[in-house]
Amino acid sequence: MALYPLGLVAVVALVTALIRFAPFLLFPAGRQTPACIRYLSAVLPYAAIGMLVIYCLKDLRPLLMPYALPELICVALVVLSYVWKRSTLLSVVLGTLSYMAIVQKVL
Amino acid sequence: MPKRALKAAFPKTLPVMAGYLVLGFGFGVLLTSRGYAFWWGLLMSVFIYAGSMQYVAIGLLTGGATLISAALMTLMINARHLFYGISMLEEYRDTGSKKPYLIFSLTDETYSLVCRAQVPEGVDKGWYYFFISALNQSYWVLGSLAGSLTGAMFAFDARGIEFSMTALFVVIFTQQWLDARDKRPAMIGVVCALVSLLAFGRERFLLPAMGLIIFCLSVLRAQLDQGVKS
Repeated sequence: MALYPLGLVAVVALVTALIRFAPFLLFPAGRQTPACIRYLSAVLPYAAIGMLVIYCLKDLRPLLMPYALPELICVALVVLSYVWKRSTLLSVVLGTLSYMAIVQKVL
Repeated sequence: MPKRALKAAFPKTLPVMAGYLVLGFGFGVLLTSRGYAFWWGLLMSVFIYAGSMQYVAIGLLTGGATLISAALMTLMINARHLFYGISMLEEYRDTGSKKPYLIFSLTDETYSLVCRAQVPEGVDKGWYYFFISALNQSYWVLGSLAGSLTGAMFAFDARGIEFSMTALFVVIFTQQWLDARDKRPAMIGVVCALVSLLAFGRERFLLPAMGLIIFCLSVLRAQLDQGVKS
């Protein structure tokens, strides 16, 4: 029963550590890193986060009540508050509390 | 000597402390609300120690993702850590027995502190980086432990708490969008994911999306490379 979650946690931990150790193992002191690795590690973060935003919103049903409005309102709130104050903490807390209030009290 | 390094490192970590305690707390509450005992949060924060990936891992766990797709997902999301490692190759040299831990604990937040760290005069470099790294992880572990225990002990209405993950990624996306000169990599991520979502459905879209993203980034490399370098 607990084997699957343990395995999954182990895989995620292992791959994460592997990524962090890879540069130090592959490019000991002074050796040039291949251009394609540098390129991908520079552009992938942007694409990956874009993909993750879609991943988070994948269960939305924009054509059914409530037309994904709670999510859209709170995403807008997160973006606007971040542009305004540039505080990750403030925007995450504000967005989450607003969303919880909407789904618990309004709907 | 270590005491001096600790004294010098602690104030530097204060900005990370608040963020890690709160985001870790949210992670713990979210995990226990999905029916996992409190020690799962502890286990993940000690051994995985990658903020956004741990949130994603909750989704993978509850969705019953295969180990292969979990590995690929991790590779994709944490690929940015390659970049951190590459830029710390020189700085982390000669840190002796602390080096493996320094590398293991190189998260976004820790990188943001060590990448422009000026090691104070008369303070040992290895110990200084060690305390920055270890203090940061202790905040993350404490936050997620507190969140897990709170979630496990108090039955409160946690409906909607999962939005903390969405909010976190929307913030990171906005942050990158504002900072990036070239918005195309971010757009490629969004568009490829959307196309894949429409084509393959909610259950199976991630792997094709990753493939499509790598493909598009590779095809556009000649143009995007310029944007990255400038």
